[in-house]
Amino acid sequence: MPKLELQGVIKRFGDRTVCDGINLTVDEGQMVCLIGASGSGKSTLLRCINLLEPIEDGAIFLDGEDISIPGLNPQSVRARIGIVFQSFNLFPHMTALENVMLAPRRVRGLFRAELQPEVEALFARFGLADRMHNYPDQLSGGQQQRVAIVRALAMQPEVMLFDEITSALDPQLVGEVLDVLLMLKKQGMTMVMATHEMGFAREAADKICFLDSGRIIEEGPPEAVFDHPSHQTTQAFLARALK
Amino acid sequence: MTRRERYEAHQRRRSLVIATISTVTVVAAIYFLVPLAPGWTKVQQSFFNGETLVKTFPKLLEAFRINVMIFAWSAPAIAVLGLLIALARDAKSPALFPLRIFGAAFTDVFRGVPVILTVYLIGFGIPGLGLPRPWNSPYIWGSLALILTYSAYVAEIFRSGIDSVHHSQRAAALSLGLSERQVMRDVVLPQAIRNVVPSQMNMLIALQKDVSLLSFIGPVEIFRQAGVFKSLLANFTPYVGAAIIFLIVTIPATRYADHLMARQMRERR
Repeated sequence: MPKLELQGVIKRFGDRTVCDGINLTVDEGQMVCLIGASGSGKSTLLRCINLLEPIEDGAIFLDGEDISIPGLNPQSVRARIGIVFQSFNLFPHMTALENVMLAPRRVRGLFRAELQPEVEALFARFGLADRMHNYPDQLSGGQQQRVAIVRALAMQPEVMLFDEITSALDPQLVGEVLDVLLMLKKQGMTMVMATHEMGFAREAADKICFLDSGRIIEEGPPEAVFDHPSHQTTQAFLARALK
Repeated sequence: MTRRERYEAHQRRRSLVIATISTVTVVAAIYFLVPLAPGWTKVQQSFFNGETLVKTFPKLLEAFRINVMIFAWSAPAIAVLGLLIALARDAKSPALFPLRIFGAAFTDVFRGVPVILTVYLIGFGIPGLGLPRPWNSPYIWGSLALILTYSAYVAEIFRSGIDSVHHSQRAAALSLGLSERQVMRDVVLPQAIRNVVPSQMNMLIALQKDVSLLSFIGPVEIFRQAGVFKSLLANFTPYVGAAIIFLIVTIPATRYADHLMARQMRERR
């Protein structure tokens, strides 16, 4: 059974169809990269999986369980699926540590003292041990994004979604964030990421999905998609992206 | 000195000279022209009488303590009620729909009626029900009138603060599994309140002045006390004394609010 499965997911904003019947399976421990032009529906798809956007039709399964039933309380699902955004979205009025502890305290019902060792270990693992007590505006973009990843991981999610998490970073900071993803992959985290980092996608992904106008028009292992794209749109996109 | 520094030094000297000449001219004009007005000696006698000022000032200051007192218990009540009204207006659950309607009606009514009218209606109306002492005190009902009016304005400011928090903050908090209530309490409100502190400071300053409206329903606060002196001494100087006392409090407060506002503008950039 796949860890995450999407069947015919349709998402509309008004009369604009952003996701037009998406089918996707993600196995446990797999890293799937969504590539495609801006506006092709990558970000919206991730937001739908996390139930931040309700879908019009189709279904989303987590461990075989339908999580897209209308009216289902989204909180318990969101706690199992972490998402990291392009613009970090750290809470500016809290230190890095407080940012990370908020959700486990409120949702998992743990006390600060219980959490402290676990959270400190996370900070240390991602090279942020000396940044725990800084506020977001005292951190570099790369550090903020790593804190955002730690914040999502502190909920011990089963799946992580990454929405172009390096797009807002200065080029020299991209590496430190991508390294974090490699670490997670090594630990067996199931991940879906929307990205424009073609080099990284090729190296790290188990599967590449190319989206165009809300549809996955090509998917497969990186070598197949990057070296022998079968679809003309994919060829044109890759020719531009890899130039 | 570089060419540019020489030029800027020259410009600074020039600005300073022009500002000095212009200020001296205006002050001199006021100083020499105003006393030429036919009624000046009379005005000076009845509004700027040093002797009366010295005599009444301590009593005025004492009466001002009542203003401070009413302010001190009204302000926290306004902050709490204003926040509750703001939250009520944003309530989403259908069960809370009546609360939403109430919040909207509340802000419409109390922002739409002049403060003095609310003070009159509540300050005279409710004790008129024949309540026993101390429940017929104008301090209670006058303060309530101020609290209701100011809560309506303060609620709207809180609401604008809530709107000013970017929706991506809500999305981030929801994505972690927090409930709507937790998102509001832990993520949105703390930022919203911080964003509106300067605006709320201005409301506090306005409130400090409007406490004087309670004089119309009884309490002998500073404005009423000045009126008493005016009748007693047939001289308006006590009003000027009262104005001076207000300014001693409000000018630093206004400056401080402006400072907060300016700092916030810098941080936003």
